[in-house]
Amino acid sequence: MPWLTVLIFLPLVGIPVLALWPRMSDAQARWVTLVVMVATFIVSLGALGAFDPQVSGYQLTDRVDWVESAGLAYLVGVDGFSIWLVVLTAFLFPVGLLAAWTTTYRVRPFMALSLMLETVVLGSFCALDLLLFFVFFEALLVPMFLMIGVWGSGRRVYASVKFFLFTMFGSAFILAATLYLWFQTSAQFGRGSFDLRQMEQLSLGAAPQRWLFLAFFIGFAVKVPVIPLHTWLPDAHTEAPTKGSIILAALLLKAGPYGMLRFNLNLFPEASRYFADAIAVLAVVGIVYGAIVAMMQTDVKRLVAYSSVSHMGFIILGIFTFTAEGMSGAVIQMVNHGLSTGLLFFAIGMLYERTHTREMGEMGGLAVVTPWIAATFLVAGLSSIGLPGLNNFVGEFLVILGAFASDRWLGAFAASGVVLAAVYLLWAYQRTFHGAPREQHRGLADMVPREFAAVVPAVAVMLFIGVYPKVVLDRINPTSDAVVRWVATVEVGQDGVPGGLRARVQPAYSPPEGVVAAEGSGAP
Amino acid sequence: VIPTPAIDLGPVVPELILVGTAIAVLLGGAIARRVEPLGWLFVSLAGVAGAAAASVALWDREGDLTVLAGTVAADRFGVAVRLILLATTAIGLVLGFHYFERSGEGRTEFYPLVLFATSGMTLIAVSTDLILVFLALEVLSLSLYVLTGFGSRLGSIEGSMKYFLLGAFSSAFFLFGVAMAYGATGSTKLADIAGALAGRTGGLALALTALGLLAVGFAFKVSAVPFHMWTPDVYQGAPTAVTAFMSAATKVAGFAALMRVFNVGLQPLAWDWRPIVWGLAAVSVIAGSLLAIAQSDVKRMLAYSSIAHAGFVLTGLTAAGERGIGAALYYLLAYSLTILGAFGVVMLVSSRGDRRTELDAYRGLGATNPALAGLLSLFLLSLAGIPPTAGFVAKVGVFRAATEAGGWPLVLIGVLASVAAAYFYLRVIVLMFMQEPASDAETDRGWMPRLVVGVPAALVLVLGVFPGLVVGFLESAAVLRW
Repeated sequence: MPWLTVLIFLPLVGIPVLALWPRMSDAQARWVTLVVMVATFIVSLGALGAFDPQVSGYQLTDRVDWVESAGLAYLVGVDGFSIWLVVLTAFLFPVGLLAAWTTTYRVRPFMALSLMLETVVLGSFCALDLLLFFVFFEALLVPMFLMIGVWGSGRRVYASVKFFLFTMFGSAFILAATLYLWFQTSAQFGRGSFDLRQMEQLSLGAAPQRWLFLAFFIGFAVKVPVIPLHTWLPDAHTEAPTKGSIILAALLLKAGPYGMLRFNLNLFPEASRYFADAIAVLAVVGIVYGAIVAMMQTDVKRLVAYSSVSHMGFIILGIFTFTAEGMSGAVIQMVNHGLSTGLLFFAIGMLYERTHTREMGEMGGLAVVTPWIAATFLVAGLSSIGLPGLNNFVGEFLVILGAFASDRWLGAFAASGVVLAAVYLLWAYQRTFHGAPREQHRGLADMVPREFAAVVPAVAVMLFIGVYPKVVLDRINPTSDAVVRWVATVEVGQDGVPGGLRARVQPAYSPPEGVVAAEGSGAP
Repeated sequence: VIPTPAIDLGPVVPELILVGTAIAVLLGGAIARRVEPLGWLFVSLAGVAGAAAASVALWDREGDLTVLAGTVAADRFGVAVRLILLATTAIGLVLGFHYFERSGEGRTEFYPLVLFATSGMTLIAVSTDLILVFLALEVLSLSLYVLTGFGSRLGSIEGSMKYFLLGAFSSAFFLFGVAMAYGATGSTKLADIAGALAGRTGGLALALTALGLLAVGFAFKVSAVPFHMWTPDVYQGAPTAVTAFMSAATKVAGFAALMRVFNVGLQPLAWDWRPIVWGLAAVSVIAGSLLAIAQSDVKRMLAYSSIAHAGFVLTGLTAAGERGIGAALYYLLAYSLTILGAFGVVMLVSSRGDRRTELDAYRGLGATNPALAGLLSLFLLSLAGIPPTAGFVAKVGVFRAATEAGGWPLVLIGVLASVAAAYFYLRVIVLMFMQEPASDAETDRGWMPRLVVGVPAALVLVLGVFPGLVVGFLESAAVLRW
């Protein structure tokens, strides 16, 4: 069964239903969308079941020629990294939908956009053809732009245009570099192709490799975001509707580190080593800077947005330590950050719906009125801080372990980010939920069954990963071992000469013998 | 016995049909005054359909590569360009019918003028003799000058005058170029020019002068910077339906002629003209994208956008030969569908007499008229080159061709200019969907133009998702034969 293809395009099935069903009520539109999204999630579990944990290369691949003469193909597949992002995506979309359940403004277009968004997010995590990836990556912009701009709050227009232009600026470089790589495949193999697996075999000189690396890196760094390209993020996250924030923080940001793992490291191993130190420093600066700015916020949503800048720094740091621990930690941290930040935004959304404010100074004492929301926020917050037993601990621990192994100063500064996270999140919890409730908040309702339906599974998954991460790590480790080896061993080839040094090294993702998932696996 | 040259009119049947229909409608309009305008529209559309059928019949033609004493090419390139042009014309005719019925300025001359312009355009695409190129250029230009001034507004007449004066200048440049080419090579036939220039190493002064002058003439027609000055005024002044037709078709025709002249006649000078094309492409892309940001009138904005798009086509043409031509053909197809649709929506929004073309008229259109707003958004995204639209595939195509020709700095300029351009396209989308409607919104209820605007919209999507449907045809059409 073509698991991934079904998975990617299943959400689109809902759109004609939404568009053509005459006189559909808003409630019907919500249910149709929910059913489609849940079905997609079930298919993603099927794909996870079909995934072979022993293999470190691409699996479940589907390939159809798209434009044959250009070497462009519809080519999808997953490895130990992307399978988790795929499952996370399919899981968080229905959760996010439950957050948006009470939207009454233009419900049908909103639902249609959500489904469109799910398809392109899934597609960009599965594409193994560079141009196909770019198509999905760029197509993300439009539905997200509309979601922020139409359904957002406050300065939504400013935030949405800024989001669009920043991301498009970054991806412009990716497009130019992709075309240059295509030209190289055509020059070296006699036939142009956008197939990632073929491009990995290119032999590129040091200078072009570094320029291409930078082009891809800028594109993905905007998405992550890496300091100093992060300024779009607080605006977009804050002004987006709750569902938009969840999707943005939990999934779209992941396209950045995912792209670096998938493209920068695989295509330009020499350049990756060359730039690793500089990037690791940027990542640590991001961790500390994001945390400090988060402490200064009075708007709770903006606080969580800046905390994302900090947490994404961990992921980038983990990738560029080039240790198996760091790499696996980074990948599992992508999943974790998606879950915990998604849940934090969900909790903030529930609060905003009831109090109509995001200013912590105007809340306070809500734990008395809405104990379940307080509990949700606390669990998500503690997970974000990295409390052992919850999911984030696993990832952050592995990343810091990897960072110490490569440079102890990096590790030390990165670890300070964990401490600062405790400061701003607990502080936020205190200001929001402790003390005496305000007069106008006394009658607020606590969580309703719909909200429980979203929160309970998310918390269960967070606990599960926190206690027994082996299930996840076992599937990540073979791939991260292979990538670490690949980056460490590949030497730079002669520019334009096929069969240079690079071609003699084993191809990417062949399972490395002897390296069993030993060191990095299992619960720490 | 004097041998008479064989006259094979087969390859010009499409033009004959177009001119014949035009004359029939012109005379008919004068004689049978009681026939409804709708009747003339259908006669004209029948003529266009006939020309299209005749073009398709030429696809697999066997026989001489050129006919009529070597002045007309009978190749697939000509067929492909003709089909693009005829599709544009058909849509343009329907839009024009609705426009002039709505404004009450309807006159029968509109249809023959469009058909004459089209016949000039299709003829220019197959001309292999510079004299014929010039002739066709004049046929299409003169018709367009009149069409631009077809509205009764002052801006329309001003635009027409401006277009005529500047157009006359550019025609003069072009004609000078033809004369120089004749002086340099002793012929005006592209094949002979190429033969005379091939292998020549010195004494190219005349030939290079000819190259420069011809480039000016073409750059004016396709509105590449710095020969673009007329474009915003003419696009804004002309009746919107005419703008829609003109913005799409003139560019296709101008580029078709440019491709043939440069890649056949001046092919031996490729090393000399490629830097010129490179430079024109770079400044057009940059200036078009940046100047569009400052516009407050949607027609002017699209005019500057079309200047930037001329730059993108030129980007593809920096790759001489088939690769560049194939990419440019796809780009022209995608562009002409998109800009036609965009101006079509602008026409529907602008209401009688083009009163509402300022950007403010689009405020809240998403609420008052979601279908039109959605269509316009699709066209704008395609112009911006966002997947999955035809505009994206087209852009990738020309950038790919340029990269292959070693033009990656130009590609970088192109992708970055696209980001700047995205800003002003987004601004319209923001106005439509993220702002409250203006109070005096009135919408055009015509069903026919809506239907007609829906066709390019569907094609823009289909060609964006399945470019393979036409890529094969266009690639086999990219081989110029003479």
